[in-house]
Amino acid sequence: MPPPAARTTPPAQALIICAAAWAVPGAGHLWLGRVQKGVSLLVLLTLMFALGLWIEGRLFPFEFADPLVGLAALADLGVGLPYFLAKALGAGVGRAVAVTYEYGNTFVIVAGLLNMLAVLDAYDISQGRK
Amino acid sequence: MLVFAALVSATFAVLSRDAMRDQAWFAARLFGAFVGAAYVLGWLLYPLPL
Repeated sequence: MPPPAARTTPPAQALIICAAAWAVPGAGHLWLGRVQKGVSLLVLLTLMFALGLWIEGRLFPFEFADPLVGLAALADLGVGLPYFLAKALGAGVGRAVAVTYEYGNTFVIVAGLLNMLAVLDAYDISQGRK
Repeated sequence: MLVFAALVSATFAVLSRDAMRDQAWFAARLFGAFVGAAYVLGWLLYPLPL
């Protein structure tokens, strides 16, 4: 099915779309009528984040004394509401001695980074570039 | 690693292609490239002492 015709969204609405796309993976694409992409992103990124937590990944603290920890925290935050949900549920403590600890961290961090990419993609679509 | 490669490949495919058929083909190629690169790098690093 071809995507809906390109259109330009006013800047204020584009910002709201970006915020929605950040908060809920795929929401920006759903808002813009790209249903298949939106649903796929919602499933893929949420699954990736959840898998990362399940295999003992850690939600890093915002400690910029160690820049890599701070940057990892920013990347974790990129996944949006699932991050806060996981924090509220006490997930993402991370167990450094677990065999899968580093794999889990990678899943969680990359899920956040990919959601940031999805936000940029939603912005491009809202501006009629895609 | 296979699960990670599959999820990342699928996400990139969804973001960079519009038609589902194109997405599936791109994801499959990217997945193959990820796994192939890991396999080749693994063998290249194999002789190095740890």
